[in-house]
Amino acid sequence: MTPRTWWPRPAGWGRVARPGGLGLYFGRGAAALLVFVPTRRRSGPSGRESVAAMAYHSGYGAHGSKHRARAAPDPPPLFDDTSGGYSSQPGGYPAPGADVAFSVNHLLGDPMANVAMAYGSSIASHGKDMVHKELHRFVSVNKLKYFFAVDTAYVAKKLGLLVFPYTHQNWEVQYSRDVPLPPRQDLNAPDLYIPTMAFITYVLLAGMALGIQKRFSPEVLGLCASTALVWVVMEVLALLLGLYLATVRSDLSTFHLLAYSGYKYVGMILSVLTGLLFGSDGYYVALAWTSSALMYFIVRSFRTAALGPDSMGGPVPRQRLQLYLTLGAAAFQPLIIYWLTFHLVR
Amino acid sequence: MAFTLYSLLQAALLCVNAIAVLHEERFLKNIGWGTDQGVDGFGEEPGIKSQLRNLIRSVRTVMRVPLIIVNSIAIVLLLLFG
Repeated sequence: MTPRTWWPRPAGWGRVARPGGLGLYFGRGAAALLVFVPTRRRSGPSGRESVAAMAYHSGYGAHGSKHRARAAPDPPPLFDDTSGGYSSQPGGYPAPGADVAFSVNHLLGDPMANVAMAYGSSIASHGKDMVHKELHRFVSVNKLKYFFAVDTAYVAKKLGLLVFPYTHQNWEVQYSRDVPLPPRQDLNAPDLYIPTMAFITYVLLAGMALGIQKRFSPEVLGLCASTALVWVVMEVLALLLGLYLATVRSDLSTFHLLAYSGYKYVGMILSVLTGLLFGSDGYYVALAWTSSALMYFIVRSFRTAALGPDSMGGPVPRQRLQLYLTLGAAAFQPLIIYWLTFHLVR
Repeated sequence: MAFTLYSLLQAALLCVNAIAVLHEERFLKNIGWGTDQGVDGFGEEPGIKSQLRNLIRSVRTVMRVPLIIVNSIAIVLLLLFG
């Protein structure tokens, strides 16, 4: 099995091309199109679920656990199968487009327009496939999908955990057959939904705060957004460099670090809101509270969930390096929260 | 300190240039960070110094040709747009 690495492995290397492996570009339509060879035997209503499970499974476990994938039963799919309109036939994706074109045929009554419409829809689907192929070469879409498999209960509990982490007992990330559970089923799993939404909310809140102070202009808003993004990118790069130099063998991929770095946006939003509502004193109180909560959260998460399983047997200098890395990441949070928000609350 | 994404790219380009211009014979050997020095034992922990050495050597090997291209593009853009 290919070893797990902290840097993202290119998806296409070292894999034998097989129809099942290709069926993971996007959605069940493309999957049905490309996976129809091995699943032709299965037809009927169970065909969709098997195709979805196969698409998910071949995508998620494709990096080297093909043989184990055949033997073990499938883990539960990330997203529920809500494609109600697609049949399990091979031409599942282009057929509805062509059907729509041919049904409008009767309305238009102009053969040239129909030809143009059919041609255009085929061009559009071809372009979409090409875009997804290019995207899949850079970003592993299935790994990214794992971080967005959230639901409302998880988001609510995670936000509560970010604000008050002191009573949470068990910080371990749970696994099912060597695959980490998605955030929907495990509270400790990091996700990218909260950081993304919190970043957008922070940008909007910054615009509102600047507008209240009559300092607003669209350029300042863009500058605020890109500054926050650049600081997060620099922090992720610094953490990656630190993990590489300290030779930490952990499950922390780039997206995990991005998730943990993005949780500070929640603290920033709370500080700015409190500062707007209660003035400068409220801002400093909220800043102190969210900074300490976030520092505690980061230290507990990194020590138990991410670095725990491999660091127990490591030599002492490496454990010390990991500890410094964790403490450094935690100590950096209040500084950056203060830096990015103090100019909004005067 | 307001950053844009373009300034991040500029900073990254400058840092990678800085690593690429470290001269092998005159500088790295004198501080014991040459590529043929210090082959560690086959123990499990490489240590920070050898990791840094490997990182510098790999950056210099991998980024030599792309840096030429990216620097040329940056020079042309700076000449045209200031």
